[in-house]
Amino acid sequence: MKNKHLISITDFTRDEVFKILELAAEFEKNPSQNLLNGKVIATLFFEPSTRTRLSFESAISRLGGKYIGFTDASSSSVSKGESIKDTIMTVANYSDMIIMRHPVEGSARWASEVSRVPVINAGDGANQHPTQTLLDLYTIKQTQGTLENLNLFFVGDLKYGRTVHSLIQAMSMFNTTFHFISPLELQIPKEYKLYLDKLGLKYYEYRDFSEIANDADIIYMTRIQRERFSDPMEYEKTKNSYVLKNSMLNNTRPNMKVLHPLPRVNEIHTDVDTNEKAYYFTQALNGVYTRQAIMTYILGLK
Amino acid sequence: MDINDKKLQVSAIQNGTVIDHIPASNLFKVIDILGLDKIKSQITFGTNLESKRLGFKAIIKLADVFFMDEEINKIALVAPEAKLNIIKNYKVVEKRIVEVPDAIVGIAKCGNPKCVTNIENIVTKFQVVSKKKVALKCHYCEKITDSEQMEIF
Repeated sequence: MKNKHLISITDFTRDEVFKILELAAEFEKNPSQNLLNGKVIATLFFEPSTRTRLSFESAISRLGGKYIGFTDASSSSVSKGESIKDTIMTVANYSDMIIMRHPVEGSARWASEVSRVPVINAGDGANQHPTQTLLDLYTIKQTQGTLENLNLFFVGDLKYGRTVHSLIQAMSMFNTTFHFISPLELQIPKEYKLYLDKLGLKYYEYRDFSEIANDADIIYMTRIQRERFSDPMEYEKTKNSYVLKNSMLNNTRPNMKVLHPLPRVNEIHTDVDTNEKAYYFTQALNGVYTRQAIMTYILGLK
Repeated sequence: MDINDKKLQVSAIQNGTVIDHIPASNLFKVIDILGLDKIKSQITFGTNLESKRLGFKAIIKLADVFFMDEEINKIALVAPEAKLNIIKNYKVVEKRIVEVPDAIVGIAKCGNPKCVTNIENIVTKFQVVSKKKVALKCHYCEKITDSEQMEIF
């Protein structure tokens, strides 16, 4: 669809999600195509995010497009006090599409309302990060052959992790059974439990992460961040009790894959990396294909 | 004329609107939202009146003032159970209730301090996700603001 924005995962219908996954599979087979030849894409990173930015810039480059932008707010006019509106209205004159990461929640929706070119949200604070969600969906489908009726285990910071929240929203379309493993202070917010209750989907909560993931199809690990804790000792204790080790994978299903939005700190022990069930680096690679799919779809080139 | 009739004389209006069942604590918000401090008509209000339903309620009587639905529905956020009596020639000719609209534009402030609407100059927009106990979902940051944290501009 031409000139649609992608701000929130709920902006895309189920059909559109499948369309993106189909296109991403095409780009996986043939990642270098000249579809963005002559196009200029703005990558506006008001806060740094190396992974997301490089993944977008790689996707643009492999499609023959050019990108302009900045990698953090200090090197842009924002440091002079320019409003989001003014920055976006200006940059929209220089580009065919805007990719934007901003720490303020709702900033991407606002940008899409003042921009005359499509805006893709590359993360707006704790709110949404829809391209991550789509690449997660792509990876789940790629490894499981389906999105239907899966057992998803989420581990770590389920309170602040926006990738978790958006993935719950997206996977709730596919009769998923959810398992939430987290410390009490980082448990899944009530609004998501109410949401799943309303849809009649099953979910289970656990505090202890040892050998309970044996019937998982996907284990989705997340980073527990220091700044979420007021007590540094509590942080040290908590962070070390939600670590995935290779030995814990012995009795898991053969189709099971471990995902992580990255960057990882210590929550996945490096001894897991060589296990064939470790899939987080391939997941990061899928980010390029998925973003190629999203950009070409939004520009009406696919 | 007995004493009860006299009492009625003081507060009755010939033509206009009576807004009843306003929670006493929100009377001044209602006045603010409807801009009653800026109109010239005769206004009487009572507050901290006992009410079975609300505990304490307030009531506003406005002479020669009539509201459009969309205008009066703005107070639904602070007075969801308010009832309107339309008075013509001292008689109640119509009773109306306030309805919480499906969307709220302006009026309320998003409760999320990190929301873009609290940082740039943007008119707030909300989808009403619960009408009974009013809860608003911000169009921008997608967070829920409930009736307790709700601030009216």
